Amino acid sequence: MNNNLFGYDHQNTWIHRLSGSSKLFFFLLVSIIAMVSYDTRFICLVLVLSLVLLQQSHIKWAQIRLVVKLIVAFSLLNLVMIYIFSPENGVAIYGTKHVIFGSGFYALTQEQLFYEINLALKYFVTVPLALIFLITTNPSEFAASLNRLGVSYRISYSVSLALRYIPDVQNDYQEISRAQQARGYEISKKGKLMARLTGAVHIIMPLIFTSIAKIDTISQAMELRRFGRNKKRSWYMQRPMTKNDDLVWVATIVIVIIGGWFFHIDGSRFFNPFK
Amino acid sequence: MSEQSGIKFDHVSFQYYSQAEPTLRDINLTINAGEKVLIVGPSGSGKSTLGNLINGIIPHNYRGDLTGTVTVDGINVAQSSVFDLSLKVGTVLQNANDQFVGLTMAEDMAFGMENDDTPVPEMHQRVNQWADYLNLKDHLTQAPQSLSGGQKQRVAMGDVLIDEGDIMLFDEPLAALDPATGYQTIKLIDQLHSEFKMTVVIIEHRLEEVLTQSVDRLIVLNDGQIVANDTPDAILKSDVMQKLGLREPLYIEALKAANVDLNQVTHLDDVEQLAAPHLEQQLAKLATGDPKQPHAASQPLLSIQNLKFGFADQQPLFKDLNLTINQGDHLALVGQNGIGKSTLSKLITGFLTPNRGQISLNGQPLMNDSIKERADHIGYVMQDPDKMISQVLVKAEVGLGLKLRGVSDAEIESRVNAILKICGLYPYRNWPIAALSFGQKKRVTIASILILEPAVIILDEPTAGQDFRHYTEMMQFLTQLNRQGTTLITITHDMHLMLEYANRTVVLGNQGILADTNPVAVLSDTDLCQQADLRPTSLYQLATRFNLNPQTFTDLVIESELGGASHE
Repeated sequence: MNNNLFGYDHQNTWIHRLSGSSKLFFFLLVSIIAMVSYDTRFICLVLVLSLVLLQQSHIKWAQIRLVVKLIVAFSLLNLVMIYIFSPENGVAIYGTKHVIFGSGFYALTQEQLFYEINLALKYFVTVPLALIFLITTNPSEFAASLNRLGVSYRISYSVSLALRYIPDVQNDYQEISRAQQARGYEISKKGKLMARLTGAVHIIMPLIFTSIAKIDTISQAMELRRFGRNKKRSWYMQRPMTKNDDLVWVATIVIVIIGGWFFHIDGSRFFNPFK
Repeated sequence: MSEQSGIKFDHVSFQYYSQAEPTLRDINLTINAGEKVLIVGPSGSGKSTLGNLINGIIPHNYRGDLTGTVTVDGINVAQSSVFDLSLKVGTVLQNANDQFVGLTMAEDMAFGMENDDTPVPEMHQRVNQWADYLNLKDHLTQAPQSLSGGQKQRVAMGDVLIDEGDIMLFDEPLAALDPATGYQTIKLIDQLHSEFKMTVVIIEHRLEEVLTQSVDRLIVLNDGQIVANDTPDAILKSDVMQKLGLREPLYIEALKAANVDLNQVTHLDDVEQLAAPHLEQQLAKLATGDPKQPHAASQPLLSIQNLKFGFADQQPLFKDLNLTINQGDHLALVGQNGIGKSTLSKLITGFLTPNRGQISLNGQPLMNDSIKERADHIGYVMQDPDKMISQVLVKAEVGLGLKLRGVSDAEIESRVNAILKICGLYPYRNWPIAALSFGQKKRVTIASILILEPAVIILDEPTAGQDFRHYTEMMQFLTQLNRQGTTLITITHDMHLMLEYANRTVVLGNQGILADTNPVAVLSDTDLCQQADLRPTSLYQLATRFNLNPQTFTDLVIESELGGASHE
């Protein structure tokens, strides 16, 4: 079984060769500043940049098609909901009201449209960034990256260990469920609904016991190899920092500063073309 | 090496807080540096506790009252820590799969060094060096779980060898391994012992396999005390093993069956070297008896036709498997780790659905029956009892199947009691299952299947984790059921079990069924053994050494042993 939870694709572009922590740093800070900012010009800039990076990392459309479609669907749903629940949000933010058509509370205004376009852009800008990080970073490097960004290595390692055990738990669940059916709980379609439900409940206890036994053994195995002994640990898969990594860190900070500079020109997080 | 190195127990007693009695009582034991020691004893004798006192898991993780001192390499275990001790004592846990933490094999081997904050280049260099030594170089980027049984075991060893401590502790290293892999593991342990002058402590009850390489000392534990501590040769000559109900290697049983006086045998611990006056004649005399007649074929019961199955994204395990199991068979299903023995049982019980093919019982096709409907006729005892147990009390667990089938409470009560008595669990009927040992839990799961009176029972490694006494009891009980008409399919790595109790062996290999014949014939076929990772027993070696027909010889020894057992 391979651990391809993140959809990691083993390739050798300059982005793949970057240290995981640089990519995580870039992804986190650039996403945050793009989420905070409502300056269309800045967001478009970052969007172009992230699309270029997506192309640079040799990610194929087939790999991300499903995720992108799901996100587009949910974003559209979200935009519609915002309009339904607060159609005057744009007016409140920009302080003017230019009605395009309709009247009353649900009148479509230029301000609302502009506000929602900004929101949509923000969603679309972070998706390529997240995908680049997940697809180009070896899962083995994930914990190391978190740790280098200051998260305690115990927590970082637990996260990656939990991810690694998900397939195991799924497997155990299947086996236990079938063993319980063999004892007489009819969970298949031949059983009545109530019987199927009580049957399902009885899978939980063995699953918990199996998992606890596993956790007990694994934590003993980890302790027997000194996990938790020192304040610091090194990471076998950690890539050494290169010049490119330094450039990524510098670029990240520059982008954040540009984002902040746009705040300064606008006088707020919002770029207001209606003034 | 100094006088201080090695392991020393000085008047050590230990009692878990959760137990009423001490698990170890006044243990005095010295294991010298560079020695290779084997610890044996019945279940509950305190073997694992003794091991855990060496690596510090006791008293640091499992709490209890410890008196006396355990010293490892001059360090008092109680005053040290699991961390510090792990640099001296490398522990290989029972099930290699459970000890893997890394996403890839290389990371797993580096895990200890990572925790020591070792610089990355040094880690890569050492991982490469040890992977090379253990012949794992081609698998560095593979997930450890995806490796073969033997490779997993080598990774588990590499995990701790890389710390380059002086002491290696193995807790039942053979438990999950097929015979050939088990043999290779024992050879590798011996190689480490002689090449790096390591102190080796092995806790294991498969003596037949461990003694294929020489062992300096055998320590026998019973009821928390050391009852024997001597060379294997001396202990095998005494009656300690027999008295405690521990299993001796098969060739010793052969010598006993041939009425050889063990006290006159030299090199009793090595089947290739042992010698005694008139040995050849005595063995030859034994081998002239008439072997038992093969079973007459009876009614077909379970038939599998044109079965095809493979997991998604993997090579098919079975391409076109055909097998008929007859009424009253006790069939042993053997083959190397991961070849599909458990998968086949899951296909029969409906846990998995084949890509193609038919399975029928008594001529009735099963393919449209649910798991529950199949379970009324085919019982399946899984390898891991924790996956089957869902109730709190023993009584409730065993009676669950009947309750769900709407049997009256009074009848459940009487049938549960009857089964519990047969399985030796009656005194525990009101116990919480969590308080039972692994072997007892396994018997609970067998009892809870037996109570449904299925026509066929599939047992996945029924005797794993059981000591010889419980093993014998359980196998005799299953044999009795078999004689009364229950058909048994036993998945096993235990060649002894197969020889003694099965009347038919099916060997699974890469191309489906490699052989379907009687057990003795399987082990007499060297090519087949090699192909299926089986290994001839020491009886085979003994017979070939003295130019006897291994097949007849094995048959007669087993017969004489079973005859002896039933008179007890």
